[in-house]
Amino acid sequence: MTTATFLIQYLNALQYGLLLFLVASGLTLIFGIMGVINLAHGSFYMTGAYMAYALAPWVEGHLGGGFFVTLAVGVILAVALGYVLEWAFFSYLHEREHLQQVLMTYGLILVFEELRSLIVGDDVHGVKAPEWLAGSIPLGDVMTYPVYRLFMSGVCIVLALAMYWLFRHTRLGMRIRAGSTNREMVQNLGIDVSRLYRVVFAGGVALAVFAGMLAAPVSSVYPGMGNQVLIVCFVVVVIGGIGSIRGALLASLLIGVVDTFGKVLLPQAAGVLVYVLMALILLWKPGGLFKAG
Amino acid sequence: MRATSVPQTVFTVVVFVALAGYAFVGGSFGLDLITKIMIYAIFALSLELIAGGVGLVSFGHAAYFGIGAYAAVLLTPKDGAASLVLLLPAAVCAAALYALAVGALSLRTRGVYFIMVTLAFAQMAYYVAHDTPLGGGTDGIYLTQKPAIGEALNLNQPVMIYGFTLVVLAAVFLFLALLNRSRFGHALAGIRVNEQRMRAMSYSTFGYKLAAFTLSGAIAGFAGFLFAVKDGFVNPELMSWHLSGAVLVMVILGGLGHLRGALIGAFAFVLLQEFFKSEAIFGALAKHWHLGLGLAIIVSVTLLPNGLVGLPAEIKRHLAGTPRDNT
Amino acid sequence: MKSMFKLHATALLTAGALALPAFAQQAPLKVGLMLPATGTFAALGTAIENGFKLYVTEQGGKLGGRDIQYFKVDDESEPSKATDNVNKLIKRDNVDVLIGTVHSGVAMAMAKAAKDSGTLLIVPNAGADAVTGPMCAPNIFRSSFSNWQQGYAMGDWVHKRGHKNVVTIAWKYAAGDETIAGFKDSFQKAGGKVVKELSLPFPNVEFQALLTEIAALKPDAVYTFFAGGGAVKFVKDYAAAGLKKSIPLYGAGFLTDGTLEAQGTDAEGIHTTLHYADGLGTARDNAFRVAYVRTYRLPPDVYAVQGYDAAQMLAAGLAGTKGDISRKADFSAALRKAKIDSPRGTFTLSKNHNPVQDFYVRQVVGKENKPAGVAIKALADPGRGCSMQ
Repeated sequence: MTTATFLIQYLNALQYGLLLFLVASGLTLIFGIMGVINLAHGSFYMTGAYMAYALAPWVEGHLGGGFFVTLAVGVILAVALGYVLEWAFFSYLHEREHLQQVLMTYGLILVFEELRSLIVGDDVHGVKAPEWLAGSIPLGDVMTYPVYRLFMSGVCIVLALAMYWLFRHTRLGMRIRAGSTNREMVQNLGIDVSRLYRVVFAGGVALAVFAGMLAAPVSSVYPGMGNQVLIVCFVVVVIGGIGSIRGALLASLLIGVVDTFGKVLLPQAAGVLVYVLMALILLWKPGGLFKAG
Repeated sequence: MRATSVPQTVFTVVVFVALAGYAFVGGSFGLDLITKIMIYAIFALSLELIAGGVGLVSFGHAAYFGIGAYAAVLLTPKDGAASLVLLLPAAVCAAALYALAVGALSLRTRGVYFIMVTLAFAQMAYYVAHDTPLGGGTDGIYLTQKPAIGEALNLNQPVMIYGFTLVVLAAVFLFLALLNRSRFGHALAGIRVNEQRMRAMSYSTFGYKLAAFTLSGAIAGFAGFLFAVKDGFVNPELMSWHLSGAVLVMVILGGLGHLRGALIGAFAFVLLQEFFKSEAIFGALAKHWHLGLGLAIIVSVTLLPNGLVGLPAEIKRHLAGTPRDNT
Repeated sequence: MKSMFKLHATALLTAGALALPAFAQQAPLKVGLMLPATGTFAALGTAIENGFKLYVTEQGGKLGGRDIQYFKVDDESEPSKATDNVNKLIKRDNVDVLIGTVHSGVAMAMAKAAKDSGTLLIVPNAGADAVTGPMCAPNIFRSSFSNWQQGYAMGDWVHKRGHKNVVTIAWKYAAGDETIAGFKDSFQKAGGKVVKELSLPFPNVEFQALLTEIAALKPDAVYTFFAGGGAVKFVKDYAAAGLKKSIPLYGAGFLTDGTLEAQGTDAEGIHTTLHYADGLGTARDNAFRVAYVRTYRLPPDVYAVQGYDAAQMLAAGLAGTKGDISRKADFSAALRKAKIDSPRGTFTLSKNHNPVQDFYVRQVVGKENKPAGVAIKALADPGRGCSMQ
């Protein structure tokens, strides 16, 4: 491997890792704060991708179109969806065994996948990136790098910083962190925890949907796409430490590197490497890289 | 501690008697279907042992199931039937060994981390079967000949394998019921409730947990063995997280913490699928059976906090009009 | 009691008299469709079912003079449930013939069940070599292709285009391995060299690392096997990485089949080989396409053709037994001799019951895979491991 190729591979790893972070951040948020193992997270990702495809014509007709307008509409819908879902399906489960919630999210996966089939059908679709991001930058003599991928990475970095700021330096963030540590205490202080949970859940869903929409021009849109993302996102959350945004970022990048170089250097074992990584890290640090916070 | 009431024992006995009776009246499809459900029930019981009994939720139980199934196929000689007396213990041991190794490593973690580590080890097994020549590739491998004990027990006939599975299910159920009442079972329950206290009472909690986990893996391997013998075909999907998830759903749906729950959960999960898939009832909508199944699961979580096992109590509560006891 | 007996006797006599002139009075033929209705391959399952039913409708709803009664099972493309699902059709519904499926692993389970029970099986897509290899049986047929076939078809042709060093890339699973093996067979025979075989775990779609590897290796061309969502993403990523301009991409036909709307301009100009193409221009194909669009308001594709031909094969076998499917040896003999008048072109079956068919080179033009000649004529699968003569 020449130095140039090596560097390009690093770029690939970074870019994959950042996208992974975007999907996983919503999961770790819901996981860490509400304690819900949300198996339906992949479904939200898929919903996002399908929104990017299906909403575009509507936005075109009513709002004048544009990828970013579609993105905005999608996120608004996602927040509403998350808010309603939490109210309808999870709000009365807080007191119960966490496994009950796992069962609930399992039911939701089935429902979402089938609704997708009923509403949009079972075909594979492509989504166009906005014109001004459609170009690419030459890298080496034959290869080019699509601008949209770089743009995606940029968005992921901005979002990571924004989340860090939100949690560390705003009142909402403080409440959320407090709510995750000690529910009763926060409630006694006069904060509406149920409402807080609803906000967190809506935020988590919005992040997954946003990730799906953002990735759609690159990943394209197809049935079952959420399932593939789900498990690797869990790996991210667990390696990083549940509820830790910082940990999720580091874990995503780590997985990006292992996956990218694994495919090239150890193709026979490429599938299993990520799990070996997870097992090793947990044996070393049974609570993940960063404990919640 | 979970005391068993008389109606519950009666229920269990009636179920097993009914299952035995079905062997004489069921058609070959019905026998096949119930055999599959009973295999899932054994599998669910293995998970119930650690998830309900000790509070260790494994999200990778399909690995042991799959290893039992693969061992049954890989250890069968190319040119003839293997002896059941040798093949069965070998398959169970293979699963137990992997469970022992995974348990030794993963029991250091707890809660959600434990769930995820077990998943990771299951995914490793999955990729070994999926991507290496050892597993025979993604399309799966066939069991050339079903194991037998001489002429007496030939597992080729549906009714024979049905009977064999039923006996195994009953034995596993009874064994676990006795286990729950034993010193060992009490220790496990103690660990579930308060591990610190058990340790303070100078119990080696790690040893107990590891023993339970290994035993659970062995039973799951037994179920996998039966599955391979019944179908005569194994595939990497037997180790996939989908199956791990499905068996977890069976246990929770039935009612975590009850042996009956695993039994009821397996039946309910498979029969619900069959119900929503049925074209006779749903016509063209049967194609979208996932929707019905998903909604049924959501409704059951909403209305039955203790799973299907809690159904009679819920009905009683409803009739009496008393508020739900949320525990 | 006595009068009742009389009634029975008369009924029997009439029935016997009526049964002689026509088999039309027979009970309907039970056809079990085991296809994916949910999951990744749901659209393919629909196309196969549509194609099958189109032919039956064209024949007035009858094959071999018998009405058709359908039984359907969703196989979910899930091999671990395959044996149970196929048993539903065989044991519960007692079907006379099985049609299915898309997923190779599921098809393997079906082949075993068919072999064990003696039920007739026609595979309308799954390309697993083993189905017409070690698993071959007098009652197992395929209306589609073998993975080896679709790979082999292109090796020689790619070499003739002046490519000496080729990199292959595919998912690491049976269909990928077998297709690449077929390609290597003919490409190396022609004198070409496969520089490197790249693979990634199924169904992983992060191709970027391997595309970078291709750019570093700089081969003359790339040969690939992907399908469905993976095919869409691979073609788009390949173009976005700038490789399409300098290193031509070739593939098995599924790379660009049913995926062109999603791939957009990134697929333009790509050559693939398959046993079918859009706009073959034959009268047979035109008639099929018009009828398909009229009936289903959907563009016909290769899956629809395979479903349509599965029905034709069933009809051909029944024609040899006057609608009696229980005469298995006669059915098999008739089908082995039959010429199937497929929209793809006429084909016969090889000794291992796989189509002996032309493979077309197709080039993507707009939203269609236009035929650009025949890559190889009358290609037969070698049926490795099949002992049937």
